[in-house]
Amino acid sequence: MTALPAANSGKKLGLVIDLDTCVGCHACAVNCKQWNSGGHMAPLTDTAPYGADAAGVWFNRIHSFEAGEGAAGRTVHFPRSCLHCETPACVTVCPTGASYKRAEDGIVLVNEATCIGCKLCSWACPYGAREFDDDSGTMKKCTLCIDRIYNTNLAEVDRVPACVSTCPANARHFGDLGDPNSAVSRLVRERGGYDLMPELDYKPVNKYLPPRSRPALPPAKPLAPAAIDTASALLRWVDRALSR
Amino acid sequence: MAFDFLAGPPEAVDTSPHISDEVKTTTCYMCACRCGIKVHLKDGQIRYIEGNRAHPVNKGVLCAKGSAGIMQHFSPARLSKPLKRVGPRGSGEFQEIEWPEAFAIATQWLSEIRARDPRRLAFFTGRDQSQALTGFWASQFGTPNFAAHGGFCSVNMAAGGIYTIGGSFWEFGEPDWEHARYLLMFGVAEDHDSNPIKTGLSKLKARGAKFVSVNPVRTGYSAVADEWLAIRPGTDGLLVLALVHELLKADRVDLDYLVRYTNAPWLVIAAPGAADDGLFARDGSGEPLCWDKATGRLASALVANVQPALAGEFQLADGRKAVPAFQLMAARYLDPAYAPDRVAEATGVAADAIRRIAAELAHVAFETPVVLDVAWVDWAGRRHDQMIGRPVSVHAMRGISAHSNGFHTCRALHLLQMLLGAIDVPGSFRYKPPFPRPIPPAPKPAGHAHQVEAGKPMAGPPLGFVTGPEDLLVEADGTPRRIDKAFSWEAPIAAHGLMHMVIANAHAGDPYPIDTLFMYMANMGWNSAMNVAGTLAMLTDRDPATGEYKIPHIIYSDAFFSETVPYADLVLPDTTYLERWDCISLLDRPISNADGPGDAIRQPVVAPDRDVRPFQDVLIELGHRLGLPAFSNADGTAKFPAGYADYLVGHERTPGVGSLAGWRGKDGTLYGKGAANPDQLQRYVANGCFWKHELAPEQRYFKHANRSYLDWAVGMGFIPDAKPIVLQLYSEVMQKFRLAADGHGPVQPPDDRRQHIRTYFDPLPFWYAPFEESRIDQARYPLHAITQRPMAMYHSWGSQNAWLRQIHGHNRLYVNAKLGAKLGLADDDWAEVTSHHGRIKVQVKLMEGVNADTVWTWNAVAKRSGAWNLDPEAAEARKGFLLNHLISELLPADAAGDRLLNADPVTGQAAWYDLRVRLEKVAPGDATSEPALPTLALVPGVAERPAMLRYGASFRRRREAGR
Repeated sequence: MTALPAANSGKKLGLVIDLDTCVGCHACAVNCKQWNSGGHMAPLTDTAPYGADAAGVWFNRIHSFEAGEGAAGRTVHFPRSCLHCETPACVTVCPTGASYKRAEDGIVLVNEATCIGCKLCSWACPYGAREFDDDSGTMKKCTLCIDRIYNTNLAEVDRVPACVSTCPANARHFGDLGDPNSAVSRLVRERGGYDLMPELDYKPVNKYLPPRSRPALPPAKPLAPAAIDTASALLRWVDRALSR
Repeated sequence: MAFDFLAGPPEAVDTSPHISDEVKTTTCYMCACRCGIKVHLKDGQIRYIEGNRAHPVNKGVLCAKGSAGIMQHFSPARLSKPLKRVGPRGSGEFQEIEWPEAFAIATQWLSEIRARDPRRLAFFTGRDQSQALTGFWASQFGTPNFAAHGGFCSVNMAAGGIYTIGGSFWEFGEPDWEHARYLLMFGVAEDHDSNPIKTGLSKLKARGAKFVSVNPVRTGYSAVADEWLAIRPGTDGLLVLALVHELLKADRVDLDYLVRYTNAPWLVIAAPGAADDGLFARDGSGEPLCWDKATGRLASALVANVQPALAGEFQLADGRKAVPAFQLMAARYLDPAYAPDRVAEATGVAADAIRRIAAELAHVAFETPVVLDVAWVDWAGRRHDQMIGRPVSVHAMRGISAHSNGFHTCRALHLLQMLLGAIDVPGSFRYKPPFPRPIPPAPKPAGHAHQVEAGKPMAGPPLGFVTGPEDLLVEADGTPRRIDKAFSWEAPIAAHGLMHMVIANAHAGDPYPIDTLFMYMANMGWNSAMNVAGTLAMLTDRDPATGEYKIPHIIYSDAFFSETVPYADLVLPDTTYLERWDCISLLDRPISNADGPGDAIRQPVVAPDRDVRPFQDVLIELGHRLGLPAFSNADGTAKFPAGYADYLVGHERTPGVGSLAGWRGKDGTLYGKGAANPDQLQRYVANGCFWKHELAPEQRYFKHANRSYLDWAVGMGFIPDAKPIVLQLYSEVMQKFRLAADGHGPVQPPDDRRQHIRTYFDPLPFWYAPFEESRIDQARYPLHAITQRPMAMYHSWGSQNAWLRQIHGHNRLYVNAKLGAKLGLADDDWAEVTSHHGRIKVQVKLMEGVNADTVWTWNAVAKRSGAWNLDPEAAEARKGFLLNHLISELLPADAAGDRLLNADPVTGQAAWYDLRVRLEKVAPGDATSEPALPTLALVPGVAERPAMLRYGASFRRRREAGR
């Protein structure tokens, strides 16, 4: 099995995903697929891409489902990718050390050179964040765009994961969740960001922001007088002095 | 203890790989949103496409479609060579030919038509973003028979807006995302302005503004709405007019705004039976009159500093009576028929909710105004220290548009905005230049008998805006002059044409037969057709006497092997959007936003690897070969030898006005108007392939009545003069048609249409039940059936995209859970859906978030087996389905046997969402959807489908080899 880093920098890079504004448009999923298709873990193979059972490797998948009934019912769009847990079972379960957590920033990666494709990690991950590439026989996963976020060939502003950069709804944020003063940590505090399945104790780094509470408008009081007939309604306007 | 004997040295992660050798900007075409993109090229291949941060539309973001552009570009469905049909239509038997032969065939067919009767060419394009060229080409050819896909998309919104407020939503206007405090969104709206709306909603929500979604289905934007109203399809107009009723009853309307900026005070002649009854009373110079309370006299309604009456009855100079338009409007909607309690059942929205929303609208508009400390000068020269706005915004598109009552519903919506004083003020809906325009704007459609002549260009554009019956394109006996019957009594204000009627009319030879149907990226053989099987039968039907096809020639241009390709006689293969010059012009539908106009180009990012040509190049070459004057020099040489790129720079529509507004003048220092600049495209490329002008702060609101803006817009050629644009809550144009129906004027409807015209050309908006449900037995077809496209595919051309089809590979019919329980349906069951026109078999899924009497599905996911070079057994073909099979282009016959168009009676907009159905559980059978049309044979020249796609592997190989 594989050890977690004995010491780490305290840095916890991750994503904060805002379920208040996510409309399930899949921009993040497809842009991720595109970037990573040529990126660190390339390719994100698609099997039978034009066939009856097309299936491909995606680092980010969106689930749309309904929760609750009646007035409390909601349609939820839920993006799901690797949460870069602090104590990830997918790493500790790995028999070869291929699955590992970086000490310097906490990103969980797979070293394909030593991955034997045993899939233990995908069984261990409760979030279903691992993606097996049948073609290469190796496990693949979200790299938090490790080939973008430090990439000195890119402008500073572009050094964020592709999913964050492309999200039209501003529903994805990237930063150091180990730094309590970072913008993402503040966002999590202000908006009540939460862990996915905290009871499992893998300590996911990524957080989800719940829908905001509904805007407060003054209590609705009926607009109109109880009854007014058309003629008297019109009379109200006859003497109004209005100027062009 | 870690067990890692297999582990080698720690992985060397290259955190700074070289991403691209070159980055080229261009404009996305994965949908109609027209975002700016940066295309990264590596090793000569497309590595990555991202949004352009500098671009005014998307500001760096990019949706799922745009991000899947690589897969569209490399689709194995791409056509690769011109094709000549050698087997029967639909057989897929084609012969590959060279371009000279393709040009020779097209030129022969078209030159004969042009020399004889140009109307025998019907030229219809689909989601064509080059209408400034294609419409002009039709005009040069001399045929009025041109339109793009607007007639079956959103012409109700466009026409309803343009005839009411001189602008519209999407390309012509947008919510004030920075200042709105309340947003009412109606119907399917994901489609238009997709990225700006998502970005805007996130801003609204961050600010605590309220977002109300009125939509039968709770998906997409409705999922994040603060309030979702599960309205019954086709009743939005009734809901809106109930809100109007509430506001009027409580006298919570912005009377100052109405008096200053709308025709509310204009006097309407009350002389029943007279030829001018219901028209505006005018003075000798034709200016509309109001009653000036300051002087107690009639006065021009267009001058400043009068005190117009909004209510009362006044005597005109000739002794007749007149009342302000406001009074007619108010009297209509104060009627108890519009009371919330009376509309609750029909709309499915509780009366309390309607009353509360009316109260919220009034509160936000009148108690929480947005005040900008920006001084501005109004049309009359009066200075205002601040811009004060009503922060209620509205957005709607197809959900309202695709009903037979969509035009009036759209007008009702704009009326609500006017009553709230919420048009182009801070916080409200805002115009995007070149809008607002005069109501209605020029030009009128050409195509009258005297305008169409063999061998000559037509004097004017095929599409335009009629101002009354005299502008209709009809013969003396009322027979339509256009093949789609646009601008006839069947669809008088058909500003975008009726593409959905072209094939049916051409097949029937009604109003006349045509010779050649020429289409561009319009999938009329599948998801763009009502009555798919019937349409295919018309395309393949032969005249028994001659054995020739009823539609003798079909030319089709597309980049892909769509379902329509096998039905063409000549196929002109187009490029993908990354291989061409293109233009998003101010002459068509530009990329402006409310803060200023903009336009954009596409540049070739990569060269085609197939024997294909950009359609616009082909059209310009054809124009030259046909000798169309605008495409040929006097000496017979081609005017634009380099094709579209030449045309974009060199063509002038009017002196100084061309396809592109930026960097005009010899040295590129002018914008808007100026001489052609040979370096113009290079200047666009250097600027990220777009041009954007930012209005000065004092020009950004009240554009319809803002001196500085109006003067500037005249200089740009957007409007003919700097007169204020007065919003038309009462439509005189509509009344003119009604008067014709009453027997007045020289252009008269056929007698059997009089009552129809009288009813639907009401000068004030009204609600009526969608046509289909009034013509069928509602007990037999109790459910509404509607569609929407998923965000990952909206307006996107084809499901062959390897990535997008993994997101939406097939569709289900979504059924309200309670209804499902009643019908004994569970998830994955199969059901038969029956309409008055047909039946389909589909797989269902139950959901909570849908109106109780409505079923719906994702549209256009389904593909015909074999098409798009997908495996014939692909889920799109075997599990996917279209509702199109249930929809007829004609309504069921009435008692007199009359079959009206399944369309809006004003604009001819296709009424897709009027569909009514019955749903019954059936056995799964072979667990495939029905009908299953025969598998299409592959056409020559498409690539082999890869069994495995390893896109991007080569980048990694080279990167790692290079380390």
